[in-house]
Amino acid sequence: MLTEPYIKGGKAMLDRLQELHDEAMTKVADAKNLNDLKEVRIAYLGKKGPITEVMKGMGKLSAEERPKVGQKANEVRESVAGYIEKKEKTFEEEAMLEKLQKESIDVTLPGRPTQKGSRHPLTSVVETIEDVFIGMGFTVAEGPEVETDYYNFESLNLPKHHPARDMQDTFFLTSDLLMRTQTSPVQTRTMEKHEGQGPVKIICPGKVYRRDEDDATHSHQFMQIEGLVVDEGIRMSDLKGIFATFVKKYFGEDREIRLRPSFFPFTEPSAELDITCAMCAGKGCRTCKQTGWIEVLGSGMVHPNVLRKSGFDPEKYSGFAFGMGVERFAMLKYGIDDIRHFYTNDTRFLSQFKRV
Amino acid sequence: MLVSYQWLKEYIDIDDLSPQEIAEKLTRSGVEVDAVTDLNQGITNLVVGKVLECVKHPEADKLNLCQVDVGEGEVVQIVCGAKNVAADQYVAVAKVGARLPGGMKIKRAKLRGEVSEGMICSLQELGFESKLVAKKYSEGIFAFPQEMVAGEDALAPLGLNDTVLELDLTPNRADCLSMIGVAYEIAAILGREITLPIPAVVSSGEKASDYISVNVETSGDNPYYGATIIRGVKIGESPLWLQTILMAAGIRPINNVVDVTNYVLMEYGQPLHAFDLDRFGSAEVVVRRAREGEKMVTLDDAERTLSGEHLVITNGTDPVAIAGVMGGATSEVQNDTENILLEAAYFNDTTVRKASKDLGLRSDASSRFEKGIDPNRVAEAGIRATSLIQQLAGGQVLKGPVEFDELDRSSNEVTISLAKINGVLGTDLKVSDVEDIFTKLQFSVKEKDGTFTVAVPTRRQDITIEADIVEEVARLYGYDNIPTTLPNTPSTPGGLTEVQWKKRKARRFLEGVGLDEAISYSLTKKAKDDHFTEESVHHVDVALPMSEDRGSLRTTLLPHLLDALSHNKNRNQYNVHLYEIGSVFHSKEQTITVQPEEKTYISAAFMGLWQEHSWQGEKKVIDFFVVKGILEGLLAEWDILDIRFAQTADKKGFHPGRTASIMIDGKEIGIVGQIHPTVQKTWSLPATYVFELNVSELVNANNDTLRYQPIPKYPAIDRDIALVVDEKLTSGEVEQVIREYGGTLLTQVNVFDVYQGEHLETGKKSLAFSLRYLDPEKTLTDAEVVAVHNKVLEGLEEKLGATLRA
Ligand SMILES: [Zn+2]
Repeated sequence: MLTEPYIKGGKAMLDRLQELHDEAMTKVADAKNLNDLKEVRIAYLGKKGPITEVMKGMGKLSAEERPKVGQKANEVRESVAGYIEKKEKTFEEEAMLEKLQKESIDVTLPGRPTQKGSRHPLTSVVETIEDVFIGMGFTVAEGPEVETDYYNFESLNLPKHHPARDMQDTFFLTSDLLMRTQTSPVQTRTMEKHEGQGPVKIICPGKVYRRDEDDATHSHQFMQIEGLVVDEGIRMSDLKGIFATFVKKYFGEDREIRLRPSFFPFTEPSAELDITCAMCAGKGCRTCKQTGWIEVLGSGMVHPNVLRKSGFDPEKYSGFAFGMGVERFAMLKYGIDDIRHFYTNDTRFLSQFKRV
Repeated sequence: MLVSYQWLKEYIDIDDLSPQEIAEKLTRSGVEVDAVTDLNQGITNLVVGKVLECVKHPEADKLNLCQVDVGEGEVVQIVCGAKNVAADQYVAVAKVGARLPGGMKIKRAKLRGEVSEGMICSLQELGFESKLVAKKYSEGIFAFPQEMVAGEDALAPLGLNDTVLELDLTPNRADCLSMIGVAYEIAAILGREITLPIPAVVSSGEKASDYISVNVETSGDNPYYGATIIRGVKIGESPLWLQTILMAAGIRPINNVVDVTNYVLMEYGQPLHAFDLDRFGSAEVVVRRAREGEKMVTLDDAERTLSGEHLVITNGTDPVAIAGVMGGATSEVQNDTENILLEAAYFNDTTVRKASKDLGLRSDASSRFEKGIDPNRVAEAGIRATSLIQQLAGGQVLKGPVEFDELDRSSNEVTISLAKINGVLGTDLKVSDVEDIFTKLQFSVKEKDGTFTVAVPTRRQDITIEADIVEEVARLYGYDNIPTTLPNTPSTPGGLTEVQWKKRKARRFLEGVGLDEAISYSLTKKAKDDHFTEESVHHVDVALPMSEDRGSLRTTLLPHLLDALSHNKNRNQYNVHLYEIGSVFHSKEQTITVQPEEKTYISAAFMGLWQEHSWQGEKKVIDFFVVKGILEGLLAEWDILDIRFAQTADKKGFHPGRTASIMIDGKEIGIVGQIHPTVQKTWSLPATYVFELNVSELVNANNDTLRYQPIPKYPAIDRDIALVVDEKLTSGEVEQVIREYGGTLLTQVNVFDVYQGEHLETGKKSLAFSLRYLDPEKTLTDAEVVAVHNKVLEGLEEKLGATLRA
């Protein structure tokens, strides 16, 4: 039984290694932080550690035992190192989490506002309407705000002393010059430029002026958009068609239109255009005075006198014209209740239209 | 025009249609009904009562104790405070449990110990407007002017079971300023018959011409004048039906004769005037133009000064009425009037309009003459009134009337083809359809080969040309029935002009960088503009301004923008950036005779912080360079890159050291800078920066069209220099010299530091620039850069005395 002490020696080493393993594992388990782990690593796995120490005695072992002890030593190292690594990772993750938690911000605090101004609601209405009509082949025509009596009245079939002049109170500058009361003079000016040749298809947005005391529903200055189509064979049914297209594009597909006979000196026949009330879908409410309809513009077939005065032969050409109030459109669209808001330039009003 | 539904029923059968239905039909065919008002504003339990006995209240002097028979043998005691209550009167009694307008409920009450079971009502308490209540009843209760049956419902006799349609008439539809005209319109819509009065009078005895002569000096102003004489009338209160119908029409009852003229005015649309013949002052009616400065006192007791453009009725010496506008006070019908001169005349629309406008006198008469009356109903209306006066006031109508008559009563004839009608409307009407419409309108028409010859009745003065006929056909055919088509003409390209497009780009840019768009008034107070506008620019003034604040046309957009800043500041909005695109008006003349120059300006005004993020403490106060940067960005949007900012010290309203003229192609097209502190103070503003650009000039500027530049293949070399220069020298001047000497290799120059103060000689400042050299063809060598760079430094020293900062 020559081998026995070696076996004994081998067994003792194996036992010692197991003991060291258990010891180290307990210390790893007890480690509170990365530093503790580092100490365990140095203490047990370091070159001067007890496992190395045990291994030094391996030379005395038999060839049979040596690999067993060697294997055991490796197992112990791997097991301990593995546990340390695992524990280290946990500590690192915890440390990262702690760090990130410290970095956390209050996401409900306001964002840094981007620099963005607002488009005036009147401009917004004008541009939208321009675009709808441009899509239908119209161009945009403009004209002076100080007009002559001729262009503002006479050329539009409103001779001096015509009773219909009472419908508009005018800011006169001299007996002949005035602040235009409508954008219609742009029609005459444009037709003159065409020298009697059609087609003319224009819309004319612009400021107009009337002697009104400013209050919630009146303004001495306001904006109009006038439209004009003159060509051979233009019919009143075309006016209905253009309006139906416009109303559906501007106010929405579900809106219906109706025409009502009216009077304007520069058109004959004349018509008011009503659209179904959006508030009540045509059922009748306060906004539409229970009628289910909202008046949006005045229109008609261009009066032969107007065509003639602008150089067009009424026997050959016909056309239709229409005019709408921009403020009214904006008030309907955004639910604005006081016309003066448009001209006060209060940023608490203006800045609401950033989204338009 | 107020139209009583009950009155309307005298001319046309509309029993099957409610007032609302009639209103809707009128509105849809072109006579807009603004309001439909039920005259009974919720009154219940109102009966006729007979005052049997009326004594003073034992405890109160001002109260009366009335025993009132309220029908079926029921007598109630009512305490009444009205002075005019008396025994034997028939009165309107609101019984206990009755409701009055406004929801008032009548309860049994005890007044100073006396029981009161009901209320004797005044007309005001029944909802009549005070201005419509006859003088007699205005201070007390109403008493029926005739015998009634006690206990009967009082609503109908008072006309309170009526509904009134308020017409909002367009100026062309003067025909609807009469009940008959409205009846014709409804008849046309419904295709029904109408029943018209057939007036006739029994005249007797003497001839009117024995009492009066008529002499019209200007027949153009007054082509018809008819004078009827009625002798021996008895002036008194009108019967109830007449009073209530006038009140429904918005007219206050006066006396039987005047009420009749008003009744016929409403019925026929023909103004009439009754003179007291004995107070007329002569036996001749002379119609003539007033003398310049001639004076007369009108019915309303006001003295009027007339001019040669006004037409007057005179007694040969003095004016007794302003033709078609208002009668005179001296010849007014009074309670003791016995003999009447009734005028039925046709006065020219423009003469009446002129007088009514000049004198500020708008009457029911003038508004009808102004719009043109029916020449075929003038005399008939006179007869109608005469017969009613005779009926209600008695008297004897003398043979007459005495007339001046040069009136053209012919009707307009308009010829139009069916093809034309269908061509304008886009319809497919047949001859019979159109004929049917004319029949409804009661226009006589002849048709031959598809062409209609229409004789337009003179009541429709508005119809004179083909287009008018087309409208009549269209509105009675129904606008709803016109088809919906699109023009079948060749399509046209739509779009914006270059200038319009540029304005839109400017808006997009400015709103994108954070400015709110303002729109302000063109009319302004001249003194505001004067803070900025040079004296060489003349203001355009409004002839009759509504106020000084809106007395002139703006010459600059800046004052209104400052107003806006100030408005916002007063409402605790301190960081405000606004821009406006709009017209300004510059006249070359001291007093304008031709249209002023209208220029489009873009202006902006800034105050407070430009950027702020409050809780992070980030703040950027607006300064000159914020505004300049925006301006450069804006101009770049328009492809204008070559801009020079010329320091300027003498711009009106601007800070002398912080203002620049904006120069393009050597031309000043705008200004940028801080508002002068004294002007800021005027508006109570903090440091305020503005710019103003003349867009009209800008759109003509030479543009740098965008062209792709190859991305450099070779590296650039940067050199920084810090220069010491005279403090008066601008960065722009230094940069210009750098560029001049840097030649083509120098591709970029940027200022990165400006310093003045310690370590520098007084009167000097330091400017630091970063220069970038690049050769697009090859890699630059150090030697090449040094050569150019040294030339730059030499040039700076030589031209500007600039030295490198140690
Ligand atoms: Zn509605």
